[in-house]
Amino acid sequence: MTWQRETFKKIKQIPREEHVLPGTALCAGCGGLEALRLAAKVLGGDVVYVNAAGCFTMLAAYPFTPFKGSWLYTTMGSAPAGAQGVRDALDVLIAKGRLPKEEDLKVVVLGGDGSTYDIALSSTSGAITRKLDFYYFCYDNEAYGNTGMQLSPATPYGARTTTSPCSLQHPAGTTQEKKDIFEIWRAHKPPYIATVAPRYPLDLEEKFARASKFTGPKLFLALSACPTGWLYDPGETPEVAKLAVETGLWPLKEAIDGQVTHTYIPKRKPVEEYLKLQGRFRHLFEPIRQDEAIRHIQARVDDYWKQVNG
Amino acid sequence: MEGEMMTGNLAAAWGARLVDVDYVPAFPITPQTEIVEALAKWCESGAMAARFVTMDSEHSMMTAAGAAAATGARVFTATSSQGLLYALEVLYSVSGWRAPLVLVNVSRALAAPITLEPDHNDVLAARDCGFLQIHAETCQEVLDSILMAYRIAEDERVMLPVIVNLDGFYLSFTREPVIMPDPEQVKRFLPPFRPAHLGFKASSPHALGVAVLSGTPYSYFRHQMHLAAINALDVHREAAAAFEQLFGRRYDVVEGYRLDDAEDVLVMTNAFASKGKVAVDVARAEGKRVGLLRLRMIRPWPADAIRHALQGRRAVAVLDQNLSPGQGGILFQEVAACLYHEALRPRALCSFIGGLGGKNLSEGELRAIFEQTAEAGVQGKGIGPVLLYTEAEHREMVQLQVLAGGLKS
Repeated sequence: MTWQRETFKKIKQIPREEHVLPGTALCAGCGGLEALRLAAKVLGGDVVYVNAAGCFTMLAAYPFTPFKGSWLYTTMGSAPAGAQGVRDALDVLIAKGRLPKEEDLKVVVLGGDGSTYDIALSSTSGAITRKLDFYYFCYDNEAYGNTGMQLSPATPYGARTTTSPCSLQHPAGTTQEKKDIFEIWRAHKPPYIATVAPRYPLDLEEKFARASKFTGPKLFLALSACPTGWLYDPGETPEVAKLAVETGLWPLKEAIDGQVTHTYIPKRKPVEEYLKLQGRFRHLFEPIRQDEAIRHIQARVDDYWKQVNG
Repeated sequence: MEGEMMTGNLAAAWGARLVDVDYVPAFPITPQTEIVEALAKWCESGAMAARFVTMDSEHSMMTAAGAAAATGARVFTATSSQGLLYALEVLYSVSGWRAPLVLVNVSRALAAPITLEPDHNDVLAARDCGFLQIHAETCQEVLDSILMAYRIAEDERVMLPVIVNLDGFYLSFTREPVIMPDPEQVKRFLPPFRPAHLGFKASSPHALGVAVLSGTPYSYFRHQMHLAAINALDVHREAAAAFEQLFGRRYDVVEGYRLDDAEDVLVMTNAFASKGKVAVDVARAEGKRVGLLRLRMIRPWPADAIRHALQGRRAVAVLDQNLSPGQGGILFQEVAACLYHEALRPRALCSFIGGLGGKNLSEGELRAIFEQTAEAGVQGKGIGPVLLYTEAEHREMVQLQVLAGGLKS
């Protein structure tokens, strides 16, 4: 069964109105910001973003903010708990008649992969278990980016970071496998989870539209191609994001009440095409080609899709 | 005896109930748990119109508490010891958001070694976070201080969160008679929480806790917090007067006990001050001119009140129920600093460390403090830090070491 988009069939259907305005301090070509900009088109303006420490912290820097909505900076480890406090307070104030219903806001957590996969994991787990009605938006650039690209649990095998350098001992650089946060979230049985990539805007917008119909935790994992950290020209962000999906490395999928559907089935180009675009994988190709490492990455993707296709 | 018997913990819970809080994010920790158990029951039964949520850690609990207060809800929460330190990062954020909630800390000493009994290293670790601090001596004072804390925190001149501290076990689980304030009178004392500058809503978006890009705005905002904390001294005075008028009980930032003609003064905080007062009575009966100064407000630091109470004394002893390793008693340093420029400053300042990890403070130890302090006053030379530890306690410790295999008997 193919996944059908219902709300967003054509690019022209994407709202023109912007809720995240340009002119931020983020890097040129930030894939995460593009994903957020697209998400905000569906989320709208009546939003309070509850931010965790990470690259997005730089979005609201006194006296500027790019958002039409509100913002609360919390900590690296507890943005979902901040969302809990805001959501609960809005509910209580509305119930007690101290805040008109039309003043209500969507509560959206923003967290990078370091926050999402590690330090805020217990806070997120708690919020999902409590069935908090909120959105979680993770911009995943596969490393601690704001501090200059250190290994995070989202860093994939074979990538080079400043704390998992390649060496004679570890020619592939990172030796761990990327933590499967999607499955960790899914084990909590929230109503809606999706992965998105900004290069696939209709898929992204459709997922935010679908999520809006659910009450409870709505969790998004956004591929955030990162020119500064992945080491490629900022102009190539769309191409890198596209190849992440087309090679099968970044599956586009959703899970409704735990039921997984892949929303796009790529023809699966060789992973090499994606890897060789980026400086963080250059050591896999020169000065000595690391065939074993490249084969390992390809095999992991093949295994994944074998399991998807049954 | 007037009032009903209740523990310090239950008195704290009643404080939250009487001020009609909107929201209680919670996390259990000994010896605080009884507070959140009582609140959970009351929220569930409808006795309180508040939402109660069990969070996943104290770090999350404080974040939810601050975020809810920043959204415009009246918030109460409670913790203790390791929990307070686990939340410490967030305490700085919540005060920076100028979110005026009240947090009760039930003092308990910090690991390692791990223990359940009280001292004040936990609450004093939060000394510099921007929360105001009120330390209570009795169960009645716990309840009353919570009412006062909300009034001070929510005052537009302050808008800072407050910690109300009580000692674990000695107060948390000790039943004392507590006079229950009339809820209608409480409403008169504490206006509804309608903050002018806080609250997330669709019609007036705003950004809170944003990054700053240099020390210029950072210094400005942090100094604003300092000025607001200083304002709390005046606001406390007004609140104390209003409280006395409505409820007939008076609380100042410091409490003097038999100070009038005292030559030597012992400075204490929290529940053990009751033991100190008894020791003053005993010494007075023997003809010694001694008194006690109990510090009730720790932040803002009531420097003028302390100076006023201690000027012209022969000697002052500070009994710290805490230890800063490599320095000594934390409050001793602060008392000493505010007396430095006092022309009539005491001839000697003495520092004693006692009651660590809930260790008893005996009559003998208090007698020794008065004796050594008088001698220091005569000599004109302070002493300390002196650890209070009796011979019997030392013998007990040696026994334990023998059992642990570390010492040959």
